[in-house]
Amino acid sequence: MQDNLKSTSYQQLEQKSKYTNMFLRWFLYFILIVFASYFIFPLYVMVVTSLKTMEEIRQGTLLSWPSGLNLESWAVAWGGRGYGAGDTFLRPYFWNSIKMVVPAVFFSTFIGAMTGYVLTKWRFKGDQWVFLFLLFGCFIPFQAILLPMARTLGVLGISNSVVGLVLVHTVYGIPFTTLFFRNYYISVPTELVKAARIDGAGFFKIFFKILLPISAPIIVVTVIWQFTQIWNDFLFGSTFSFGEAAPIQVALNNMVLSSTSVKEYNVDMASAIIAGIPTLIVYVLAGKYFIRGLTSGAVKG
Amino acid sequence: MFRWLEKNLPKIVMAPAVGLIGWFVYGFVLWTLYISFTNSKILPKYELWGFGQYEKLWASRKWLIAVDNLLIFTALFLIFCVVIGIILAIFLDQKIRAEGLLRTIYLYPMALSFIVTGTAWKWILNPTLGIQKMFRDWGFENFTFDWLVDREMAIYTIVIAGVWQSAGFVMALFLAGLRSVEDEIVKAAKIDGASLFTVYWKILLPMMRPVFFTSFVILVHISIKSYDLIVALTQGGPGISTTMPALYMTQTAFHKSQVGLSAASAMMMFMAVAAVIIPYLYSELRRENAR
Repeated sequence: MQDNLKSTSYQQLEQKSKYTNMFLRWFLYFILIVFASYFIFPLYVMVVTSLKTMEEIRQGTLLSWPSGLNLESWAVAWGGRGYGAGDTFLRPYFWNSIKMVVPAVFFSTFIGAMTGYVLTKWRFKGDQWVFLFLLFGCFIPFQAILLPMARTLGVLGISNSVVGLVLVHTVYGIPFTTLFFRNYYISVPTELVKAARIDGAGFFKIFFKILLPISAPIIVVTVIWQFTQIWNDFLFGSTFSFGEAAPIQVALNNMVLSSTSVKEYNVDMASAIIAGIPTLIVYVLAGKYFIRGLTSGAVKG
Repeated sequence: MFRWLEKNLPKIVMAPAVGLIGWFVYGFVLWTLYISFTNSKILPKYELWGFGQYEKLWASRKWLIAVDNLLIFTALFLIFCVVIGIILAIFLDQKIRAEGLLRTIYLYPMALSFIVTGTAWKWILNPTLGIQKMFRDWGFENFTFDWLVDREMAIYTIVIAGVWQSAGFVMALFLAGLRSVEDEIVKAAKIDGASLFTVYWKILLPMMRPVFFTSFVILVHISIKSYDLIVALTQGGPGISTTMPALYMTQTAFHKSQVGLSAASAMMMFMAVAAVIIPYLYSELRRENAR
């Protein structure tokens, strides 16, 4: 009898904790979904707004579904209306950004790989200080270099040009790319390099035969990081270029702010998506590498 | 000659990076510092003028508003990002279904530029057609949400958009931190009868101190430098009510042509960042050396 009673209460207890657990579980999912909606909401609004006509926008709400797949505002955002002067659209600026991103990512990644290689495999006296010297470049607020940079680009004759922006992004990317490669190469056993040196392999041979073949992950991380940073940059773009040489973020901002005609929110949203889509695609395809870069080099902001 | 080249090749390869950073970072910061002590207007002048620009800066109402805004923004941005980030990280750590999908959703704003974010939120927050209209159409006739055009409240719209962009990132940092803790510690605590809440509150979160520190440094850094988001969302308005130091700096330099004054404001930003970063670098290096 006694025994029996004991076991029922235990069962009841277990039953109870099962219910609390289930309740907690539901609560957990509820909160997670609430936050997911908060994060998804702007993207959803951007997409549906870009598919509506202005008439629909005025009549419906933010969330209302578009009447159809109306791609006109996308066409206008990308290629304009074709009435000549004053007709701003993103296509030329999109190409400016591509022309700026590709060389800048390439040069900064290459230089970072080289410096990371030297700092870990060809150590010299004081190399720690050199690393610190470079690392500090990750943190400076760029406002402190804007004025002299503007003058330097003027003196070099490359202000307001894609070439100028390539130079700027290459230089200020070096601290980050160096950090990435240095932290990656430091975990590669130095014995490998020493053995190769005894076998008579030189500086470049060791790099290309031993380190480069195992560098794929860190190259991906670095390229994604640099691509995202440079594509999304606005400060340098808006300070050192205007008019035709502007990169896409600057053009987007100008389009949205231009107060010449009636506000067309659908075109604004289509433009914003166009400006955001390349980095978004990279994020979806290579999220793992994106996050890795973010957590190891995220000092920039 | 050849042997010398071979011996010094590593240093020669290092030279461009060191030279570029030396010139474009250190040289330029020193130049800005020097100019901040001169009376430069449109063009830089090189006679020293003492602390005049700094006196002018701290007497300027616009700069004081910018600093105020920075403090408000930094405090709220930090609190919300860290709280939301931790909640999401802990919840995601409970063997959740579709974790990968949820993580992707929480973090995707980090892949977007602040200009894109600002454009989207500007549209959502605009009173005539945005959230306010949505609620009024739903029957809440008196619903008002016009922070974007309200001098007192506009700064908080920047917080909303900023948190939206960066909270997922704090989540990623904490999730990585939680996952790096050995399972045995949690198991042992559970065997001792600790509830899940106690495990997190008393054991895991205190272990996350370095992650707190990193998030703090990164978020403060983002907020001191915040520029794009304000340009896209409010352009510092209504009036000058959402000006922040970075915006003040570029406006003073490139619209008002007060080069000396803007250099002074840039140096103030530089010092603020240094005050946060130098202790951080120091502790990171010590940790690395201790390993």
